[in-house]
Amino acid sequence: MDIIQILSLALNELVAPMTVGYILCAIGLAVHFGFTGLLNFGQAAFAALGAYGYGYAVLVFGWDLWGAILFGLICAMAFAALLGIPTLRLRADYLAIVTIAASQALRFTVGSSTAAPITGGSAGQSQFGESFYALNPFPEGEYNLGTVTLTNLELWMRVVAWGLVAIAALFVFALTRSPWGRVLKGIREDEDAVRALGKNVFAYKLQALVIGGSIAAFGGMVFVMSSQANEPTNWGTNFTFITWTILLLGGAATILGPIVGGMVFFALLTLIESFLEILVNAGLLPFLLIEQVAQIRFLLVGLILMLLVIFRPQGFFGNKKEMQFNG
Amino acid sequence: MANDISVGKAEPGCKKIDPILVADNVTRQFGGLTAVDVKHVEIPRGKITALIGPNGAGKTTFFNLLTGFDKPNTGTWTYEGKDLAGMPSYKVARLGMIRTFQLTKALSLLTVIDNMRLGAQGQAGEGFFKAFIRPLWSANEKRITAKADELLTRFKLDAKREDYAAALSGGQRKLLEMARALMSDPKLVMLDEPMAGVNPALTQSLLEHIKDLKNNGTTVLFVEHDMHMVRNISDWVIVMAEGKIVAEGPPSQVMKDQAVIDAYLGAHADTDLGTVAINKIKVGK
Repeated sequence: MDIIQILSLALNELVAPMTVGYILCAIGLAVHFGFTGLLNFGQAAFAALGAYGYGYAVLVFGWDLWGAILFGLICAMAFAALLGIPTLRLRADYLAIVTIAASQALRFTVGSSTAAPITGGSAGQSQFGESFYALNPFPEGEYNLGTVTLTNLELWMRVVAWGLVAIAALFVFALTRSPWGRVLKGIREDEDAVRALGKNVFAYKLQALVIGGSIAAFGGMVFVMSSQANEPTNWGTNFTFITWTILLLGGAATILGPIVGGMVFFALLTLIESFLEILVNAGLLPFLLIEQVAQIRFLLVGLILMLLVIFRPQGFFGNKKEMQFNG
Repeated sequence: MANDISVGKAEPGCKKIDPILVADNVTRQFGGLTAVDVKHVEIPRGKITALIGPNGAGKTTFFNLLTGFDKPNTGTWTYEGKDLAGMPSYKVARLGMIRTFQLTKALSLLTVIDNMRLGAQGQAGEGFFKAFIRPLWSANEKRITAKADELLTRFKLDAKREDYAAALSGGQRKLLEMARALMSDPKLVMLDEPMAGVNPALTQSLLEHIKDLKNNGTTVLFVEHDMHMVRNISDWVIVMAEGKIVAEGPPSQVMKDQAVIDAYLGAHADTDLGTVAINKIKVGK
């Protein structure tokens, strides 16, 4: 494997649908954590509900694309309301506990054999993307984008995925620049102070939870659409924590942060894996087996992230001035 | 003694000529401790009322109860004739009863001007759907920004307009919190220790701001330990001790009240604190 190949692999990861899935979830998390201060450690569950809701509507109801998207969205919103109504009145840390527990419970539930008639159990759902790919406007053939060659369907998937990122980013941008967004930032700083100014803090927190969860639902749909396979193992805690990493990497209270953070994270992951493979194959890392590379790369990424958080805690796009006061 | 605030004699729980806030049988227990046990109290409209008392007298707890930040075990209270018991704090604020906090709550990572804008009420742009349509709220935004700038100038914070609130000094944060409370044109301002941690140079301007409030027809209720300030600006003083109201009256009268001196000012009220401390040390030896 030469350097050009490695770079083209990394470039492919940069725009891959999986990357976009995580980016959308991270944008949702930016609404939750970056702007409102809600500690949501169950973003995987919102994404999973989007994906499962979509799959269920297509496979069981036989709905078309739009109906299925709406159903996935409603599932995630209902979940946000279900979690938010009892916990958002409590202190912030309770939401963290409830969301992480609920996301784990959801993952085990959809993967259980009892739920198999609805969710497909441990095998999950597959072949639910027909109506999506039927809309593909690109003629059959291969498309060469610099170093990456894509089929027309792959290209369609990426165009739609990045279109969604653009819409989500504009949506959040418009919201955070409005007085509504100002209230959210106020709640992040001190919710009692905002309450004392006559704002219904609970309603704002619930709205933020629902909106961030809805964006994550789209992330989940994009995540499973390229492979047309939705398995319960996708939605473990590592999904949530990768999302958090992406958010913090880019900058929590920013719009561009999650987007660039996601691209950098996955490109870095691929680069490290490829370089390690080269080194192992050349016999330069005798203590490492080629099979272990996939695991060790997370370790190295973790190390890099730690350094980044220590030396640039505001992320790529965060305001350095903001961080000075958190000291 | 006659005065122009109470109906008849000034005594704990006395009736006022024109009360804005009336509380009855308000109690709050924390486990076995009764923090607040107020039988009856009325806050006079358009006046500056000081709520004083030793540490642990229940002043802040009483504030929290009145503003919906805490729930009482028993009690009712009305503001402008409206029953407020059980009403959530944000609704209390919307009625024009705005409070500040003992530990200043400036919104650190919002700019000073955004802190101020947040204080305005009834903003269309604070609704989720209207937030997307700028023409629906841009005019109002301009109006409240102009008002905020005016208040910032009055409170001498205009130079800090674009700074994060976190960059302000403790005293400036107190000023910002008070200015922010005024954004909604409140009818009753409740200040919890407005002078705590404020340097003497700022104290004078804070006092002036509080007097200005009264001149503009706003009712002020404040908790304070600084007797100098209480004597200086308040029209009426309510003294709490161990959760109960032990005395009420105009400042000059209350300061002479034996119950107040015993409960609060202490036997050494007129002695220099340094001397008291030295004497105690000598006794201890």
